[in-house]
Amino acid sequence: MSIGHTLLGLLEKGPRHGYDLKRAYDERFGQDRPLHYGQVYTTLSRLLRNGLVEEAGVEAGDGPERKRYAITDAGVTDVEKWLSTPEKPEPYLQNTLYSKVVLALLSGRDAGDVLDTQRSAHLVTMRELTKRKAAGDLADQLICDHALFHLEADLRWLELTAARLDRLKTEVVR
Amino acid sequence: MRALLEATNLRKSFGPTPALDGAGLSVRAGEVVAVMGPSGSGKSTLLHCLAGILQPDSGTVRYRDAELSSMPDAQRSELRRTDFGFVFQFGQLVPELSCLENVALPLRLGGIKRRAAESRAREWLERLEVTGVADKRPGETSGGQGQRVAVARALVTGPSVVFADEPTGALDSLNGERVMQLLTAAARETNAAVVLVTHEARVAAYSDREVVVRDGKSREVEPAR
Repeated sequence: MSIGHTLLGLLEKGPRHGYDLKRAYDERFGQDRPLHYGQVYTTLSRLLRNGLVEEAGVEAGDGPERKRYAITDAGVTDVEKWLSTPEKPEPYLQNTLYSKVVLALLSGRDAGDVLDTQRSAHLVTMRELTKRKAAGDLADQLICDHALFHLEADLRWLELTAARLDRLKTEVVR
Repeated sequence: MRALLEATNLRKSFGPTPALDGAGLSVRAGEVVAVMGPSGSGKSTLLHCLAGILQPDSGTVRYRDAELSSMPDAQRSELRRTDFGFVFQFGQLVPELSCLENVALPLRLGGIKRRAAESRAREWLERLEVTGVADKRPGETSGGQGQRVAVARALVTGPSVVFADEPTGALDSLNGERVMQLLTAAARETNAAVVLVTHEARVAAYSDREVVVRDGKSREVEPAR
């Protein structure tokens, strides 16, 4: 995720200092990966250098970290452009699991075992996400659903591959 | 812990086609087990044999200390009414009865008087968050509501095992999830085991572990640590 654009987006509501921005980011987007202070300040200085934010005063009784930042017009344009540009869909063509299946078939090992082991591991993660979703708020539910749908896609591929193992075997060992 | 329900080496053919070819499964009390596998793999046949709806050609099904596979039909029917609950994909509610009467039906069949049966049925409709449809007929409810009524009916007798065959198959994602949440939560509260047949991983994720059926053979998977 683009941290710069996310921080810019958070600044659209009004000026904030670095610590405040980190807290806002972590609360909304940092569930599994909170920002380091270092990342916040490096990003802010880059945004400052590029004219996307500007300093907006210093809070009383403070060191440099209490400096407040405001988004500039150029910053707003940048956020708008980012939001309206679609993310590049992942092609998902580099697939470790596919390689494992082919190598298992080539070496005469049981490719079905490879798929079964993977299904089990996927389901363990899906169970954890399902529990987290049940205990969480709407934000948690949406984040977990995103992960669950991706894992489900893997599993559908896995089932389809399991059903075509015999055919794949005749093709790869030819 | 000892298995509550255990099937061993089940074989079952329909004409020349083998549906089960040595499948087995064991379920402990209070456990939610997902039976997964592609269409036609034999998972529904396995569920029907476990529940005593179908008799296997060979192999055994034990429930507590009884051998289901050698029990007379009448005794198996009685056991299904007293100890088992069922949720199917659709078509399980009696269309002429109200939802409340549908939920009360298994209790009425067990000899409980109408008032007591309907009062308990109402509690279950409340638990499944569908008291609003108590007086409606199944045909007047949405798919999600109908399925919750079916779950209430499956649980109203306090069964030890609930058999659910693609219980969310006809529902959209949100309704399907809610049905799964309510079904598994109610089963866990009452310590009922659930045998859940599904081909959907998101539904299977509500289970404690999965059993995979392929070509009539099953493979039990203990949860990875």
